[in-house]
Amino acid sequence: MVQTLSEMRADECGSILEIHGGQGLLNRLGALGIIPGKKITKISTASMRGPVTIQVNRTQVALGFGMASKIIVDVDRGVK
Amino acid sequence: MKILLMGNPNVGKSVLFSRLSGVRVLSSNYPGTTVGYTRGFTKVNNEPAEVIDVPGTYTLEPTCEAEEIALKMLKTGDVVISVIDATNLERNLYLTLQLLEKDIPVIVALNLWDDTRHRGINIDLDKLQSILGVPVIPTSALTGYGIKNLVKNIPKASAPHAPTRSLDERWALIGNITGQVQQITHRHHRWYERLEDASVKPRFGYIIAALVLSASFFIIRFIGEGLIGYLFDPLFNNLWTPVLMKLSNFMGGGGFLHDVIVGKLISGQIHFVESFGLLSSGLYVPLAMVLPYIVSFYLILGLLEDIGYLPRLAVLLDTTMHRLGLHGYAIIPTLLGLGCNVPAVLATRVLESKRERFIAATLVCIAIPCVSAQAMIFGLVGKYGVQYVAIVYATLFIVWLVLGTILNRTMKGLSPELLIEIPPYRLPPWRTVFQKLEMRIRGFLVEAVPIILAAVLVINVLFVMGVFDYIANFAAPVITGILGLPKESVTAIIIGFLRKDAALGMLALSPMTAKQMVIGSIVLTMFFPCIATFVVLLKELGLKDFLKSAGIMISSAIIVGGILNILL
Repeated sequence: MVQTLSEMRADECGSILEIHGGQGLLNRLGALGIIPGKKITKISTASMRGPVTIQVNRTQVALGFGMASKIIVDVDRGVK
Repeated sequence: MKILLMGNPNVGKSVLFSRLSGVRVLSSNYPGTTVGYTRGFTKVNNEPAEVIDVPGTYTLEPTCEAEEIALKMLKTGDVVISVIDATNLERNLYLTLQLLEKDIPVIVALNLWDDTRHRGINIDLDKLQSILGVPVIPTSALTGYGIKNLVKNIPKASAPHAPTRSLDERWALIGNITGQVQQITHRHHRWYERLEDASVKPRFGYIIAALVLSASFFIIRFIGEGLIGYLFDPLFNNLWTPVLMKLSNFMGGGGFLHDVIVGKLISGQIHFVESFGLLSSGLYVPLAMVLPYIVSFYLILGLLEDIGYLPRLAVLLDTTMHRLGLHGYAIIPTLLGLGCNVPAVLATRVLESKRERFIAATLVCIAIPCVSAQAMIFGLVGKYGVQYVAIVYATLFIVWLVLGTILNRTMKGLSPELLIEIPPYRLPPWRTVFQKLEMRIRGFLVEAVPIILAAVLVINVLFVMGVFDYIANFAAPVITGILGLPKESVTAIIIGFLRKDAALGMLALSPMTAKQMVIGSIVLTMFFPCIATFVVLLKELGLKDFLKSAGIMISSAIIVGGILNILL
């Protein structure tokens, strides 16, 4: 199932399909290992459209809700 | 030879730097502790070499001021020690690959090596070394493991002149490398990993934050008050008072020199706040009123920093901070500001935009009282009752919210979104916690005590010369008219430019009602930063923005003081 990172539920895994953003955003996310093809696990979304925390590689990264809405993920359903 | 220590934020560069150079620098468990660079010296092959602790960066395409500093430093170095967090090889290799594309010899320090084993990570060092084409040395800066080996191998650093790659090519290569050299054994989540996840989840996160913050507050007060009541007050009252009284008798109990050195006697007695002599208030204010809180505040802050809690607080408070034109990470300079505004203003360098840095620095200078000011507020305003201390804090908090909202609405631009790495929780060894505390206490004693003594001296001299009367009459319309303070308190406001603690002590000299004390404390906090903060703020913002910031400080102090004068 394809969803944005902000729509994904906590504790779901998936792999990034694409990132809609300018070169600046792609570079910033890319330096942290957030690139298309990467496997990620969502940890949480803070309340009131707050930052989304994910696990990528062996790092936890928190990113703003807006940024998370630009990241399209192929979500693995039913797999933990 | 100039050696640069470079790497991602929070991989232990500063600890490694201390090991190499013997120079002690502050380190914590969150990205962005080092925002400027520190230099020190070490020996390589018995030749002296300069070592530079460069701020952490994820990429050589800078995204904030601290990263820009890192890039500038790269051009000046002779050799780079690329510091890698061995428990996080993938992400850390990205910067290393970028460095290998540059024209500078590189050696890799695989730091946090001792952590890999119990995290189930196995790295084939020889293979990694042959793929990268530069020496790879496992180290553990915290314990000192591998440091000698690292230094011995610095001359072997080499520049493989790797071809310039694109972002995708680098990540493809990293996938390839880690596939060959790294084996990860799966293991179950530990309890602290569950706690890590819980502290950024909506419901649990806020409960944990409320517990952590209120516990911190009560522990800080408990230790601070304990030190004052059971250690410093008895020391001063029982040991120091008799000495001063002897000295006072010897000097004839009065006169200019007596009043400067011992202070004015109040009904024949030394009063440690009101006497205002060099050896009475000049020592009592910094040592018995402020120092206890410096100890307790920095002990707790140091623990929160080293455990790695602060970035999680940034995630939880992000939505609130956006209303003030900031993002969640601005909570770190704000919390540092509760200790001292100087490192707080410097720490705004982790924020991405100029607008954000301006708002964050201005808000810190206006609404965040440093620990020196807070200790005096507790000591002096607290005498009238706890509710008055609460009014001071509530007012400053409202000012922080309202002023931030106004700045956010009126300044052009948007607040950028949060993008931060959340470090794992680590239990800091007590030795490092106390070393850091000792550094901060020493900093206070060396920097603050001389300024307080100078302030006391200057006040005494100007007092005798009648300078204050002249200024007091001049400033009376604002001071008494708008703020409702006795006109003598203008001296306190002037001294506030030097240091807030001395100024608050001054404020207590003239007879004040509870209301006047509350307004006086708030105005003193907001009005202008102390001289040390002033210098840093000017340097960080530039003259134009500094003047703008100062204008906001002065006008908001007068407006808020005026409103309180009507309301209370």
